[in-house]
Amino acid sequence: MSSIDLTWVIGGPQGGGVETAANIFAGACAGYGLKVFGKREFYSNIKGEHSYFGVRVSDKIVRSNVSGITMLVGFDAETLFRHADAVFDDGAIVYESDLSDIKIDEVHTLDAQFKERLKKYLLSKNKPLTIQGSLDAAKERGVTLYPVSFKEILGNLSDETKNPKLRGMFRMQNVLAVSISIGLLGLPPETLLKSVGSVFSRKAEIAEMNKTAANYAYNFSTVKYSKFKYQLYPIPKEEHTMLAQGFQSTSLGKIACGCRFQSYYPITPASDESVFLESNEIFEVENNRPGSTLVVQTEDEISAIGMIIGASLTGARSSTSTSGPGFSLMAEALGWAGINEVPIVVTLYQRSGPSTGLPTRHGQDDLQFAIHAGHGDFPRIVYASGDTEEGFYDTAKCFNFADIYQIPVIHMMDKFIASTVSTVKRFDPTKITIERGKLLEKIEEPGYKRFTPSPDGISPRSRLGLENGIFWNTGDESDESGHISEDPENRIYKMDKREHKMELALDQIPKEDQAINYGISDFCILSWGSTKGPILDAIEMLNKAGYKVGFIQIKMLHPFPTKYVQSLLSGVKKIIDIEANQSGQMGSLLNEYLDRKVDYYILKYTGRPMTCNELFDSIKKIIDNKSEKKQVLTYGV
Amino acid sequence: MVSNVADYKTEVHNDWCPGCGDFGIVSAIQMALAEMEIPRHKAAIFSGVGCSGKTSHYLNVYGVHTLHGRVLPFSQGAKLANPEMTVVAVGGDGDGLGIGAGHFVAAGRRNVDMTYLIFNNGVYGLTKGQASPTLKLGLKTKSLPEPNVNQSVNPIALAIASGFTFVARGYAYDVRQLKDLIIAAVKHRGLSFLDVLQPCPTYNDINTRDWFSGMDNIDEMTNRPRPRIYKLEDVGYDPVVHIDSPAEENEKLTQALIKSNEWDSKIPTGIFYQNDISASYDERMSERIPNYLENPPAYQVISSGGKSITDISKMLDKLEI
Repeated sequence: MSSIDLTWVIGGPQGGGVETAANIFAGACAGYGLKVFGKREFYSNIKGEHSYFGVRVSDKIVRSNVSGITMLVGFDAETLFRHADAVFDDGAIVYESDLSDIKIDEVHTLDAQFKERLKKYLLSKNKPLTIQGSLDAAKERGVTLYPVSFKEILGNLSDETKNPKLRGMFRMQNVLAVSISIGLLGLPPETLLKSVGSVFSRKAEIAEMNKTAANYAYNFSTVKYSKFKYQLYPIPKEEHTMLAQGFQSTSLGKIACGCRFQSYYPITPASDESVFLESNEIFEVENNRPGSTLVVQTEDEISAIGMIIGASLTGARSSTSTSGPGFSLMAEALGWAGINEVPIVVTLYQRSGPSTGLPTRHGQDDLQFAIHAGHGDFPRIVYASGDTEEGFYDTAKCFNFADIYQIPVIHMMDKFIASTVSTVKRFDPTKITIERGKLLEKIEEPGYKRFTPSPDGISPRSRLGLENGIFWNTGDESDESGHISEDPENRIYKMDKREHKMELALDQIPKEDQAINYGISDFCILSWGSTKGPILDAIEMLNKAGYKVGFIQIKMLHPFPTKYVQSLLSGVKKIIDIEANQSGQMGSLLNEYLDRKVDYYILKYTGRPMTCNELFDSIKKIIDNKSEKKQVLTYGV
Repeated sequence: MVSNVADYKTEVHNDWCPGCGDFGIVSAIQMALAEMEIPRHKAAIFSGVGCSGKTSHYLNVYGVHTLHGRVLPFSQGAKLANPEMTVVAVGGDGDGLGIGAGHFVAAGRRNVDMTYLIFNNGVYGLTKGQASPTLKLGLKTKSLPEPNVNQSVNPIALAIASGFTFVARGYAYDVRQLKDLIIAAVKHRGLSFLDVLQPCPTYNDINTRDWFSGMDNIDEMTNRPRPRIYKLEDVGYDPVVHIDSPAEENEKLTQALIKSNEWDSKIPTGIFYQNDISASYDERMSERIPNYLENPPAYQVISSGGKSITDISKMLDKLEI
């Protein structure tokens, strides 16, 4: 059998059930052992604006989206206008047949710039400025059209099941559309029905109704239409596979590694994590009383970080989760945690800035800010995860770094990871370790001093409530006890004591946790964070095409693993920096720490994640010596 | 058992101006802690930034001198993570009602079981006497180039409107009363607020100790000053919400608001409002997490031999396909 690699996209107005449909589709495929990689794109809006969900399905691991759509499903005009052009020539469009006559100008949610581009395109193809025009243009390229009247299906279903209610249940068109797709794609219906059941598991009656509808629509499509060119089929299912969203990785990591206090202020895309923690606030603990996470919603992000510092002073592992604008507000308190050597973890789900920027879109815009946030010099670790799986294990590492070095740790995640739904290996909590560094459980004798000198510069840490452990903290420079001191010699001692922890971290943290070496070549990609997936997929494509390219994924961005990266790069002729920001923020670090300049930049800052094809094309161009120094990627609506 | 006031003092040199009202407040806190016999390691003083921010260094208990305006977030976080601690937050009026006003309101809504003292002197002392949020409109204290152009905020009224369940006012030069008020505030279950009138001898040359004592207002009959400060308890004022009814609560809130507007010739001190019926944050949280108080974040066991002992298998099962 040929291998599977297709992309199914469903679009519709926000609040119209697009996400539900995509989850059902992903579950139906994953249930038959297929690997999925799904990504949601949406506007900053509650109801009405266009949102869409793309699911890539394959029989092998996939880590990114592709440019282009194999099967597009649209039950509203905007989806068809926006995406018809992106459907592959041998792809298909499943659409509501009632929509054909709608004109471009009648769709108010289409922005003016887009309308102009679309009109120009349709006019160049001599097509009317309507849905039919868009569809005809696609058909001319070879795209197969599957017109469906959801209204008619609901009517027939209502008659057959003698349930008059169903006739008006237009909300169910999302379930009908998924079921028709699964039918066209030739997958057996069992996992589809199971997936529908689990998505609606909260209400038995609604689950049953949707299952009936799904079954009906599935059969309808297999009877009415001939099979689509590309077919899905079950493959052996790997044991312990999960279908997880990115934000669930850091949430589960926090619960597993003992974070017991989380505060947050609502912000996209970070708050999903806090909501998950609150939804799972009580859990079992081996040979112990039930444990719990106290999740506190605060009045702002300043309060969120203030609270976790206070909580951490009591010895509880504490964390907050935020996005760029919230992190901006946290800068001052970050310095307080730094000067007082308080372990905290800030999970930073980046999005496109500056300011509110593209609030629901992706970006790796905050690397330099995370490294420099706050006034004055103080140590911190900035650590970046590349995907959902890394998110889980890295969360535990970040808490260890915070405890061992008594510093704030900024864990870089982003919107791309947060809203990706993918098949991942079940997280294994036995693989994480919990290291609390020099946190004290007991102090026998009086005379404790919080910042007492020690050979490695890290002092034993007391906690609020510990007998004989009284200490003072202040945002001022302080002496060994923690009382204010402006003495110049003390100042040097304290500043150097703190900064020394960065050297220590570089010495002690295993190299493979600082950067991942996927192979070195004359041309070598350097990157960080969620570009990992598209890069790995692009490298596979390049290898198949006979191109060799290396890849180093830097995980610890601060302190920068200078020596290690230097040694990896020693034989490299050309460095390709790939980042989802405008200025190549990591590239500047190479300049700063390695005294090496980036040879080529591949950057994207449209707010849409990179696809593997985009990267394939742009890397190939570089190796073929046909590229400018900088390429800016643009795919995605 | 420690109950000696001296045990709660540190040897840190105190650099407040001579005659500063802050001295009386620190003494009152030390006396209150001693009288309640709170073990030193079970108490934590959090402070904001400004003259009052140094308070935590003068007390021999856990002392956390936080950021300007942020004393409430830090202290609430600590109290929530370790509810066994007696937590007292202190800060200036600029700290709490200017830069930190958002936290003041939010803290009132939360009603965490701790105490917050504002050292209220109408000026930003440490930055040389600019007008603070409590300075009355039109007043021109010593270092202001022009009279204060803003209305003043009423801390008592704001606390009541925000949901604080214990609202009182003390006076820095009446240490005994202040000590008693601190004890009542600490013992109250829920968020207690103490507005402490604290003359700044260096920058507020209007609301001075003499002004509060009524030295500018001599009774011609007796030839004695008519003090502005008076005690609510001396006029038969009952601040307590006795029964759990909206009508009762309404009545007590309203009378407190009316009292809070007294200023100029008569300034009330004592407890304005006390509601022991309203559930504190920890009580509300205990309804959700039944063992929250006996197994709070600070004391939870999270590992054994460096390995996680938290069982997340059910959560993972849900994600498995």
